[in-house]
Amino acid sequence: MTPKRRRLSIVLIGLTMLGAAAALVLTAFEENLVFFFSPTELQAKEIAPDRRIRVGGLVQENSVASFENGLRTEFTVTDLEHSVKVVYRGQLPDLFREGQGVVAEGKFEGGVFNASEVLAKHDENYMPREVADALKKSGRWQHATEKQ
Amino acid sequence: MNWFHWFANPARFMRLAARLQPWIMVLGLATGAAGLYYGLFDSPPDYQQGETVRIMYVHVPSAWMAMFVYTMMAVAAASFLIWKHPLADVAAQAAAPIGAGFTLMALVTGSLWGQPMWGTWWVWDARLTSVLILFFLYLGYIALVNAFDDPERGSKAGAILLLVGAVNIPIIKFSVDWWNTLHQPASVARMDGPAIDPSMLLPLMLMAAAFKLYFLYLLIVRMRGELTARRIRLLRLSDAA
Repeated sequence: MTPKRRRLSIVLIGLTMLGAAAALVLTAFEENLVFFFSPTELQAKEIAPDRRIRVGGLVQENSVASFENGLRTEFTVTDLEHSVKVVYRGQLPDLFREGQGVVAEGKFEGGVFNASEVLAKHDENYMPREVADALKKSGRWQHATEKQ
Repeated sequence: MNWFHWFANPARFMRLAARLQPWIMVLGLATGAAGLYYGLFDSPPDYQQGETVRIMYVHVPSAWMAMFVYTMMAVAAASFLIWKHPLADVAAQAAAPIGAGFTLMALVTGSLWGQPMWGTWWVWDARLTSVLILFFLYLGYIALVNAFDDPERGSKAGAILLLVGAVNIPIIKFSVDWWNTLHQPASVARMDGPAIDPSMLLPLMLMAAAFKLYFLYLLIVRMRGELTARRIRLLRLSDAA
């Protein structure tokens, strides 16, 4: 084996082992790498009552209600299989609307998720308003609520 | 392997680079000007995000370059370690500060975009965190290469760090698919075609080309400077002897 081939195989073997190690570590820590849980995942999980978690999903259509002059908002986060009722005090991000993705951070209190922070999540689609309207008109609109 | 050896001659590279340099600058300025014009004036606001979407035309090309430059450096590190390619180490060291700059720009513009759209400057989701790690890898490489009295040893240690850190590149790319994140999944490089309207894809692609040409231009400037510095060092050494 020439020195060149030897160096090449050392680098290749090293990279393979490194990749395998990284894959194992990432799989082991999967639980900590996800940013939020979906309502369905929460169903299958025992969450300690005072543990802070994030719940993510879509804001269910016709579920948003605001109280106390908009200081308190109640809405339902759904993944179309299960849903979680969320109560939030504070200002909502601009992108917050029904049918949009949202991530809420907080704790469960008596079956209701008490959020201390609500972040908007947007999807990967970018288009001008006219195109969005045209798609809706022609019935080819794939709304986020129907896609997942 | 022929072109590989052909490029291994620094003098030949210097001649070719000197000839290409002005063309790259002209082409880069032209695509950059066109990209900025379309991006700022002649493209529609997004149906959800409104005018804020224009941050994309700087943010996305910076993030692409952050990953592209690191990948290029990792390939250079491999050819330096395996084939002792004389230009590979020069190229990696010359590219490092440029790549760090692109990464910082992606982080800052992303933060400025996150505040109005998501409602936060920063979150520790898998995408944002892995890009921050990429930024530290760049800084770590620059520090490590310059930490040795013997530049050859610095180059070698740096090259190994580059290869180890290369694990992070697929993690950045696929973080949005493997785990749920606040950051949205890929819009352009994805299986069923871009999810961006052509009127917005045009300025994005023009800006991406401009960023690549800008990188190439800076890389040539820095490589020529580094090669000249190395030659001066050699001349001084032979003078002293």
